[in-house]
Amino acid sequence: MLEQAGDGAQILAGGQSLVPTLSLRLSSPSLLIDINRVVDSAPLERSDGIVCCGSRIRHVDVERSTLIREHVPLLALAMPHVAHPAIRNRGTPCGSVALADPAAEIPACALALNADIVLQNSIGRRTVPAGEYFIGLYETARLPTEVVVELRFPEAKIGDRFGFVELARRRGDFAIVGIAAAAQVEGDQIRNLRLVIFGCEPKPRMSAAAHAITQGLKFPELPIEEIAAAVAAELDPMENSQGDAAAKRQQAYAMAKRVMWQLNGRAA
Amino acid sequence: MNATSKSSVDVAFVVNGSAISDKVAPRTTLVDFLRQRLGLTGSHVGCEHGVCGACHVRVDGTVLRGCLFLAVQADGAEVQTIEGLSASGEIADLQEVFVRRNAMQCGFCTPGMLMIAADLLARREVPSREAIRDALSGNYCRCTGYQSIVDAIEEVARARHGLAV
Amino acid sequence: MTQAHGPSGRAVPRADARRLVAGAGCYVDDISTPGALHIAFVRSTYAHAAILSIDTAAAALMPGVVRVVCATDLERICKPMQVAMPALDMPTTSAQFPLALDEVCWQGAPVAAIAAQSRAQAEDAAEHVLVEYDELPAVVDAEQAMKPDSPRAVRGRHSNMALEHTFGTNNGAASFAAAATVVEQRIVFDRQTGVSLESRGIIASYSPLSGELTVHMSHQSPFQMRDVFSDLLGLPNHKVRVSCPDVGGAFGLKLHAYPDELAVAAIAILLGRTVRFQADRLESFLSDTHAREAVGVARLALDSAGRFLAIDVEALSGLGAYQAYPRGSVGEGLHMAQMVGAPYQLNHFRARLRAVHQNKPPTGAYRGVGQPLACTLTETLVDRAARAIGMDPAELRRRNYISAERGSHTTPAGLQMSAVSLHACLDTLLAIMQYEDLRREQQRLREQRIYRGIGMGSFIEMTAVGSAVYGANHIAVPAQEGCSVRLEPSGTVLCHSSATDQGQGVRTGVAQIVAQTLGIDATDVTVRAGDTASSPVGGGAWASRGIAIGGQAALLAAEDLRGKILALGARILETPAEQIDIADGALRGTTTARTLSFAELANIAYFRQHQLSAGACPELSATRHYVSRGFPYLTANGMVGCLVEVDIETGMIEILRLWVVHDCGRVINPLLVDEQIRGGVAQGIGGVLYEHCEYSESGQLSNGTLADYLVPMAGELPDIEVAHVASVATETSLGAKGVGEAGTIGAGAALWNAVNDAMAPLGAAMEQQPFSPDRVLRALATAARARKAAAVAASANIDPVNA
Repeated sequence: MLEQAGDGAQILAGGQSLVPTLSLRLSSPSLLIDINRVVDSAPLERSDGIVCCGSRIRHVDVERSTLIREHVPLLALAMPHVAHPAIRNRGTPCGSVALADPAAEIPACALALNADIVLQNSIGRRTVPAGEYFIGLYETARLPTEVVVELRFPEAKIGDRFGFVELARRRGDFAIVGIAAAAQVEGDQIRNLRLVIFGCEPKPRMSAAAHAITQGLKFPELPIEEIAAAVAAELDPMENSQGDAAAKRQQAYAMAKRVMWQLNGRAA
Repeated sequence: MNATSKSSVDVAFVVNGSAISDKVAPRTTLVDFLRQRLGLTGSHVGCEHGVCGACHVRVDGTVLRGCLFLAVQADGAEVQTIEGLSASGEIADLQEVFVRRNAMQCGFCTPGMLMIAADLLARREVPSREAIRDALSGNYCRCTGYQSIVDAIEEVARARHGLAV
Repeated sequence: MTQAHGPSGRAVPRADARRLVAGAGCYVDDISTPGALHIAFVRSTYAHAAILSIDTAAAALMPGVVRVVCATDLERICKPMQVAMPALDMPTTSAQFPLALDEVCWQGAPVAAIAAQSRAQAEDAAEHVLVEYDELPAVVDAEQAMKPDSPRAVRGRHSNMALEHTFGTNNGAASFAAAATVVEQRIVFDRQTGVSLESRGIIASYSPLSGELTVHMSHQSPFQMRDVFSDLLGLPNHKVRVSCPDVGGAFGLKLHAYPDELAVAAIAILLGRTVRFQADRLESFLSDTHAREAVGVARLALDSAGRFLAIDVEALSGLGAYQAYPRGSVGEGLHMAQMVGAPYQLNHFRARLRAVHQNKPPTGAYRGVGQPLACTLTETLVDRAARAIGMDPAELRRRNYISAERGSHTTPAGLQMSAVSLHACLDTLLAIMQYEDLRREQQRLREQRIYRGIGMGSFIEMTAVGSAVYGANHIAVPAQEGCSVRLEPSGTVLCHSSATDQGQGVRTGVAQIVAQTLGIDATDVTVRAGDTASSPVGGGAWASRGIAIGGQAALLAAEDLRGKILALGARILETPAEQIDIADGALRGTTTARTLSFAELANIAYFRQHQLSAGACPELSATRHYVSRGFPYLTANGMVGCLVEVDIETGMIEILRLWVVHDCGRVINPLLVDEQIRGGVAQGIGGVLYEHCEYSESGQLSNGTLADYLVPMAGELPDIEVAHVASVATETSLGAKGVGEAGTIGAGAALWNAVNDAMAPLGAAMEQQPFSPDRVLRALATAARARKAAAVAASANIDPVNA
């Protein structure tokens, strides 16, 4: 259907980002394809070390899920920051990843966990790892004819640690700067810290510096100030009414320290 | 769903217990449909971009923003508005305490507040004041400063659990 | 008010609360008008441009469109709005047409109107109206607008300066020269808007056969609007009816006549039918009257004992392209200038206001109208002085407040003050804040690099502003209020008040006053308001006047009715009036056992006059009006206290606690008063932390949605503790002063002082509101650089000034 309609069509999932654009007359699609009744989309379930989240799963389902809390704790940490209750009742993680708003929490979590994004069109399904999915401002690997049908999150292993921080003007506002962090731990050493910044750059980005500095270190010996400074230095923020580059780097520095303290204090 | 483009779509759903059927333009939001076609003006329009919460309605048991939901999407669903919740008596205790504590001034945000409050109280143990404020974080009130609304919800929550108010 | 017990003073719930919680409110958009046309506007996309042409051909052909209307269509129907205030020596301002004729002077000005069968169809058609603009130079910044070579905001104006006005005298210069300490505070206040949750709306019906115009609108002052429509549309005043149903918040923005609303009424006449318009949120941000845009510089001179000698103020107020009609827009600037220093004993005072036009939407009245700006300037200045002389800010205030014993007097600024109770408010505030404990904790936390701040804002507030301002300026705004009461056959009372209600509960307050006077239950008094067809002629709602003035009128009317009830009851009971008690809805002889219920009395009067002995036909109704005479306003006073924590790493500010101590005279209903105060505090906080209309250099609004213009929500405010000091107003027998704006006036000042107090150890201070996190970080960075430079200079033993 998407293919037939071409440019004029848009997918309606949660509608929490799309419908305002209609009311504000920012977009006038000739066709809205409502995927909310599509029967064959996957439920929230866990198998073979992966937790799958289908296109009909709402934010609120993830927020309330014990499965998520136990096996994908990073999403549980992020959910309270996603908009407001009535929005979470309708918005979907798959929709959030499809839109890839730079200030959105779910894309950042997907990247921090290196989740797989499953795309489907009439030709078939393909899987794109999060690291290759987010390309630019609202720009992803998804083709115009494709729908995000599933997110596949690797489940947490014993010892893994997670942290989530977000700086926003008011409760539920878009993030000025946020960080989703996932640390794979082997024994007592960090094997893979994925610290993903979001909110102030066109797309969520994993900090190469944080990854490099922490590789092989133990938690008590982490140079938190140095890590935070490196994260801030890497930042190439968009300047807008939320602040200039200097302000955002300062804020990123502060939030990086705080997420590292969270990781320090929290063992799975 | 039919692939052909339509200027109006047949819908049938239940509103506050009554079956309705109508033709709607796809772009009509649920709140506009309820207000203009059914005369259910208790749900209010404050922004039309999903921020103020004045338009909260319940669809199949879930509270959502009526301005972010198209009327066509309600096909086959059960919709409840503030009028329905009021008539059924479901929120009678909330309404009584809101009145007694004057948890409103101009009243424009009040239906949206009551919908969220009803939802919050149906799901949780007695919420803290912090949790109540968090639940209300997507409902804009310009008149009150929110405190009397938080007071009212807290009182009802405690009363429902048999605690001293 | 005679009885000690009764509904007045009690927390009586509002009669209309039951409707509102059931979703049975009736706001303008809820009113059903089968067959009415819906209006959508084409609005200017430029801040300043000439209109070369408007092509409506394509729009006129679109589905559902009945008429596309431009300025020329309304020329013979509607005169332009033109504000004039002769008492202020202000030149007549430019004419503002309901639809722009050949020039647009602010982004969002209505240019054309579509009347269609639905709003959506009207908006569809609006997208197809082609307006050819020739962009003109725009002046957006108020300071720029003052320069002689600045572009004129409206073509043909001699200058952008609308008003220059000075309060006080110039002879404070000696005080400043001789002062032990002089401090200066400069504050930039960004532009704000009211953001009522219910937007502006109007339904206008014109019947060519009867020549009657009927208007339903979301507004604060129906009689003013009746006069405006009558005057500008050329209709006899009695042929115009304006009715205000439930209003979903107003705060001053619904006090004005708007070009788009005027256009709607004119289009009703043009088409001879019913047309309606409800502003959507985007056009509300663009076209509601704005407020607060100002720059203030205040200086304070103190002697060596820390006593205030003199204050000097320079105030610049940004008005937008036109002044709001009919009241003008200079009120904000005038109050901002005149009320600096109001709570304090001063020898000398001088304030100069300059109010300028710019290519932005017109500004108007918004809660507090300049008083929040004056209070913020004053209180930050006082705290600055306290830091300069090393005195505790509470102590400095205590030494300098006007004392309660001073009584009524006129200040050097020309303010006519009633007796104040500032010392009592200060004592109460310090007690409920546990001030000493807060200071100790602040010190302890500073050692851990946690920066908390304590701030207070003390304020004098002009409430119940009377007739002097409007009548003297030939502005037909009724500044008196009226109340009609009648005893119904059921023994209850029906009351019509000219005071209007947008949620503040004025009708309930009036019911309590009437009930108290007549010895009945407040639930037995029905109060109606807001309709020129049935309300007594009166002002409505603004400047916290509802109970103070409208309540006084109700008291007088109820007392008259009580007298008539007593007189008739005496005849029926054949008992002298002095031997009759009125209580619980009945008359009782004090010496006999005879009783007569109000219902019985009313039935005799209305239906059974034959039972009465010969004499005049009994009347059981009364109408009284009240205008404040001898005082232009009632001054109320209070204080706000604030505790914040500033996160110096992120620039975020958290408000931990808020306190308000207020003296509004007699409190009629504590339930209503306290929430008014809290709502006001929230708006004051909003202006300091979150709210501003962001305009580009070319006059384009960049944050015109609720997602981008930030207002405080439930998660951003703590509980607000309210305490009262009660000194009863002696100017009226009711003894109540206004309260609606108090919270807004003082809260901003308290928050300013708290944040600056938190940052003081770092040498940083804010200079502009709102305090966005990046502005906080910038202030901290500036202070850090200054500290570093000073440290470098000190360590190198270089005198940084004379190097």
